[in-house]
Amino acid sequence: MVDQKIQIKHLDFYYGKFQALKEVNLSIPEREITAIIGPSGCGKSTLLRCLNRMNDLVSGAKVEGEVLIDGEDIYQPSTDLVRLRKKVGMVFQRPNPFPISIFDNIAYGPSIHRFAAKKELPGIVEKSLEAVGLWDALKGRLSEHALALSGEQQQRLCIARLLAVEADILLMDEPCSALDPIATERIEELMRKLQKNYTIVIVTHNMQQAARVSSRVAYFYLGELIEFGSTQRIFTTPLRQETEDYITGRFG
Amino acid sequence: MRKYYEFVVEGLIFISGIASIIFVLLIFIFLLKEGLMLFRQVGVFEFLFGEHWYPISEPPRLGILPLILGSLWVTFGATVISVPIGVACAIYIGEIAPGWLREILKAGVELLAAIPSIVLGFIGLVTLVPLVKKIFHLPTGLTALSGSIMLAFMAMPTIVSIMEDALNAVPRGYREGSVAMGATKWQTIRRIVLPSASSGIIAAVMLGIGRVIGETMAVMMITGNAAMIPKSFFQPVRTMTATIAAEMGETVQGSDHYFALFAIGIVLFAITFVVNLFADMSLHQKQARV
Repeated sequence: MVDQKIQIKHLDFYYGKFQALKEVNLSIPEREITAIIGPSGCGKSTLLRCLNRMNDLVSGAKVEGEVLIDGEDIYQPSTDLVRLRKKVGMVFQRPNPFPISIFDNIAYGPSIHRFAAKKELPGIVEKSLEAVGLWDALKGRLSEHALALSGEQQQRLCIARLLAVEADILLMDEPCSALDPIATERIEELMRKLQKNYTIVIVTHNMQQAARVSSRVAYFYLGELIEFGSTQRIFTTPLRQETEDYITGRFG
Repeated sequence: MRKYYEFVVEGLIFISGIASIIFVLLIFIFLLKEGLMLFRQVGVFEFLFGEHWYPISEPPRLGILPLILGSLWVTFGATVISVPIGVACAIYIGEIAPGWLREILKAGVELLAAIPSIVLGFIGLVTLVPLVKKIFHLPTGLTALSGSIMLAFMAMPTIVSIMEDALNAVPRGYREGSVAMGATKWQTIRRIVLPSASSGIIAAVMLGIGRVIGETMAVMMITGNAAMIPKSFFQPVRTMTATIAAEMGETVQGSDHYFALFAIGIVLFAITFVVNLFADMSLHQKQARV
């Protein structure tokens, strides 16, 4: 039995009066890719943002229930948000490298968390870029502006800067929706490689993508978890009619 | 009929559109025409670097170095005071203050910009000047320091509102990316937001400085207007603008003194033009890069 890295228990989430998530119970295994799918507005991005408490930034947001990461409830008042977000990294829909050099993008995390001395930074940068397959292409251009990179490279850079702070959970919010099909395929390949060492949760509106990369799928509709199970089973023999309707494209 | 109507409307709009350029040109030409007349009598070097401004002695001495330095001292002082406060204020309004307070503060800053400079000068004269005199034990409170403090109030709204726009233009993704990595609010502001807004911040500061150099009424009322080369902030100084304002009414048209005042206008024009040019360049540099 695989370890449960993230356990979500009785989670309700409100934006003001609107309830975006209803009584969600979900266990996400370690070192696997779990995909969250569902039509627009079903709460999948909201759920993702509950896992690193990015929803705290939204005014009027309210959370009830528990989210346990490595057995610790991250909604305890004593939770150290800096530590939580260092451990639970996030990749956004639009690649958002910082408008500074490639090197500084990677070095940003280690330097804000103060765990690396200045002379260790080049090693960290190399290791992180190596892990996302950018090192060979960029090793001579580290001082260049990160916004000069292609969309795919920018997204890889955004993943690399999470690896640099030794995150062990990667939350990906439609990471390929701004990329072309070839770039998408390469990012998916990278995700498959990274799952050996990282727990990945990906939100996607693209069912083929979920089928290609994930080992488990959670289907959400109107804020409720409809079905959760291994990718193969969900796509071949869904237990619920709603799930079948969605994955066969009858609606959504 | 319709065709003529279109033609007339287009013509009117065109004329209104280029009117501003024509006026600037006309003003500039007039300024040059009157100002350059001076240099038939007085050398450029003697004018710019002469240490004495005695326009009505016989023979008149028309050196504007004390006036240039007076303007620069007051401007420098105002910049040193207004930039840190203005930048901090913009950061607070743009990044930290909750929504309702932000609106109040923005309205307050705009209101500060709406106060006529003569009113600020008057308030400065009756409150700030005696205070400066008392605190520093000076023979008079009409000093470069008083002028700098008062002008800092005038530069603040410009700096704050333009810088706040610059901060607003920083994409949300940068902030989210930084916060999602565990950066604190202050780390995000200092390391990500401010550097991305840097060109806008420089432009804000430059435009603030431009405002201060051109300011007349308030400085005339509270800097003491002594045309001496200033040696400290606690001395009276006289700025270029105050000189023109004070003396233009009393000079004989066509005299060297009259032309010299126009020549001061040219110098002032050149300084503000360069400052605005720098502001504009740093604003556009950003657009070219991204």
